[in-house]
Amino acid sequence: MMLGPWLDYTVNGLIIGNIYALLAVGLALIFGVANLINFAHGSVYTVGAYIGWASITFLHTPLPITLLLVIVGCGLLGIAIERVGLRALHGRSRIAPLLATIGISLVLDQLVQLICSPDPRALPNQLGDRRFQIGGGTIGTLDILIAGIGIGSAALLYLFLRFTKLGWAVRATAQDQDAARQMGVDTDRVNMTVFAIASALGGVGGVLVGMYYNDIDPNMSFDATLKGVVAMMIGGLGNVPGAIGGGLLLGLTESYGIALFGSSYRNLFAFALLILILVAAPNGLFQRRRETPPEPLTGTFVARSRPVRLPPWLVAGAVVVAALLPLTNQPYLLQTLTNGLLSALLALSLTLVAGTVGQISLGHAALLAIGGYASGLLALDLGWPVDLGVPAAGLITAALGTLLVYPALRMRGHYVSIATLGIGQIVALVILNWTGLTRGAMGLTGLPPPEIGGFDLTSVRSVYWLVLALVVGIALLQARLLSSHLGRAWRAIREDDVAARSYGVDANRYKAMAFAFGGFGAGVGGAITAHVYSYIDYQTFSATLSILALTMVILGGLGNIVGAILGAVVLTALPEMFRFAADYRMLAYGLVLLLLIRYRPQGLLGTV
Amino acid sequence: MLQVRGLARRFGGVTAVAGIDLDVAEGEFVSIIGPNGAGKSTLFNLMSGLDRPDAGSVRFDGVDVTGARPERLAALGLARTFQHGRVFGNLSVLDNVLVGAHTRLRAARPAVPVLGALLELALAAILPGSVRAEERALRADAEKILAMFGDRLLPRRDQPAFGLSYANRRRVEIARALALRPRLLMMDEPTAGMNETETAEMQELIAGLKARGQTILLIEHKLEMVMRLSDRVLAMDDGRRIAEGPPDAVRHDPAVIEAYLGHASMGQAEAAE
Ligand SMILES: Nc1ncnc2c1ncn2[C@@H]1O[C@H](COP(=O)(O)OP(=O)(O)OP(=O)(O)O)[C@@H](O)[C@H]1O
Ligand SMILES: [Mg+2]
Repeated sequence: MMLGPWLDYTVNGLIIGNIYALLAVGLALIFGVANLINFAHGSVYTVGAYIGWASITFLHTPLPITLLLVIVGCGLLGIAIERVGLRALHGRSRIAPLLATIGISLVLDQLVQLICSPDPRALPNQLGDRRFQIGGGTIGTLDILIAGIGIGSAALLYLFLRFTKLGWAVRATAQDQDAARQMGVDTDRVNMTVFAIASALGGVGGVLVGMYYNDIDPNMSFDATLKGVVAMMIGGLGNVPGAIGGGLLLGLTESYGIALFGSSYRNLFAFALLILILVAAPNGLFQRRRETPPEPLTGTFVARSRPVRLPPWLVAGAVVVAALLPLTNQPYLLQTLTNGLLSALLALSLTLVAGTVGQISLGHAALLAIGGYASGLLALDLGWPVDLGVPAAGLITAALGTLLVYPALRMRGHYVSIATLGIGQIVALVILNWTGLTRGAMGLTGLPPPEIGGFDLTSVRSVYWLVLALVVGIALLQARLLSSHLGRAWRAIREDDVAARSYGVDANRYKAMAFAFGGFGAGVGGAITAHVYSYIDYQTFSATLSILALTMVILGGLGNIVGAILGAVVLTALPEMFRFAADYRMLAYGLVLLLLIRYRPQGLLGTV
Repeated sequence: MLQVRGLARRFGGVTAVAGIDLDVAEGEFVSIIGPNGAGKSTLFNLMSGLDRPDAGSVRFDGVDVTGARPERLAALGLARTFQHGRVFGNLSVLDNVLVGAHTRLRAARPAVPVLGALLELALAAILPGSVRAEERALRADAEKILAMFGDRLLPRRDQPAFGLSYANRRRVEIARALALRPRLLMMDEPTAGMNETETAEMQELIAGLKARGQTILLIEHKLEMVMRLSDRVLAMDDGRRIAEGPPDAVRHDPAVIEAYLGHASMGQAEAAE
């Protein structure tokens, strides 16, 4: 075997690993002091890349000035995120700041897209591209720059944390926030400093990656966040030196993986590694710890709330009106509402899992994808009638979804969110790469329309009625489960899983049951969606949809069944009616999410 | 009923529990006392499956349950309350108590291997008569338990627990534990943060439980209550047993007096700083 290419792969892996390390160090710093996984981190990285691009393109700055502008710009952005977006959420439910960073990331990405256009841009490498021969491989000037910045910033960070007063305060806060505050540490200032440093590092990472690939675009945030999180998890949540090791390890794994299997598998390796770490070494590779979870006071997970009790006649009346709507003969309205109700199937499932059981799933759209593909393939490859294929797809999704999420069942809090995010990505990547079964990137075309007993439902009206009936049926069933001992057990797990287990509630079992029931509903939803549009591919149900579904569920009130349907219909239909451009729509979703978390965390109808 | 042998647990450099032996017989009332940080709560955690010991063993009813999962211990009839309160904030008072009765569900939770969970889902959706009847009976029982606390909890049974006063949350903890119909009831400082009247009321209630023959293990700082109720007292300091025996003997044991005084004087020194 030739050694040369492997040397190149190693260099490449270490360079990309350096970028991941820059991201992961920031995430670890933030987690350390704020106990928060910052999902806006990738967006800061993107903003950094765009600041670099703008300053090179419009100001013709030399490299050091470019980097300086990026550091200052992103540092300020980090301060703004902490100050405006997160500080007000101190002492609120654990999940609030995490959701807020998701909202911030939506807003930042859309702003970048609106200001700089969604098209990719070239980011010139300001060093020129000279390569040196070493051993059997080569190394370029940019490689050396990236390595230098990686090592340099690690050294600076070490000196800062070790030898400055503020650095000491950061370490003290990371150890124990309350104790630090009692000793007179200004933890607000510490938080702000950490966000500034972390964001500056992230922004530099963004510029360097842009130069490395000579390409930037507004969609690079999500991937960056994920990679940074994976790298940090490898090192151990909040472990700063660990994050550097994790970044390098991730870079190497990807680089060798690509060498062996091809580049379409790149992310699959990253996420497989993530799940492996979460399952086998949830404290990271570099530390061993066994801890009993702290005793919380009441209701720290979701906002305290007294749900709005809607009178039954009102709900029944709304259903009757909805059922009569097709008689008004407004196809556009019906089409829009059908889309809203299809989202409601996803929202019902998510409100059970995330709201009732408290497992904030960030990969829920993957269940739709499984359902859509299952039903589509049953129809196309096995010739099953659609009215048989759809419920079968529901069952398949319930089984497969529960199986996939199995490793995440024993996880808690933020770990669940990361794991489900990773699992969702894995599902999309498997669909993309398993061309033999799924036809890969081409997707499934020419799917037959929904049918009942041999009758095709092709009219807008009949599809609407079908979806409405499904939503009402599943909602009633879910309400019934919630009023049984299952509802009690699920909510007890959400409120305090330690106490629930101490009273004999087998948390894993009941979580699995929730995922199974939720999987069925979402699978049916995905299947119907696929048949209604007669086409799906691996991107139809993307991670964005998972986040959108979470927004719907929070809007309605976590765990609230009527709320989920309302949230889904409102968030799908309103932008449609006002004919928002697509860009502004995502921006609006992000703002809605942020405002809700800040001012009405219990949503419109209240947490149940 | 309960046999603890050589139980130990270390946290980094701190040895929270260092080789504790403890026996509790059926119907007995045993109290554990000791200064702050003595390792009492850690001992409870080790016995109730929330934490795994580094050494030693726990047997419950002759079965080895060392490091067993908390669900299993609950199913065997062990119920505990938490020192800092772990009520389910967004659940109503009644629902909190009903979660305590979870292990008593039979009709709703068929003991079928493999497919049991699916069957349980289906039963909850169909709600056959047996499941309904069981639910009704448990509800009635839960209300009876709430009634033991006079009019403290009963009028608030449909309110979310987060709105309760601190003392009432402690009561909900105990009501929830009683709903399990425990063979062994373990309470971690049930009167913490209660005023004198409330403490007296709680003492009354616990005395009533004892009179009913309930086996009880109690952690408590209020020595007067310990002296009045206990059959036997275990005194701990720094994770070790420093004395054990009838309440009076332990109270006058020099090691116990010294442990309390030593910590008290340390406390004064800290306060003086
Ligand atoms: N999860 C943990 N991690 C590290 N140290 C711990 C942990 N839990 C307890 N400890 C330590 O173990 C020792 C015993 O604590 P424990 O809570 O059992 O004391 P206690 O007797 O219940 O005190 P108190 O009367 O204040 O409730 C203490 O020094 C405590 O700091
Ligand atoms: Mg204690």
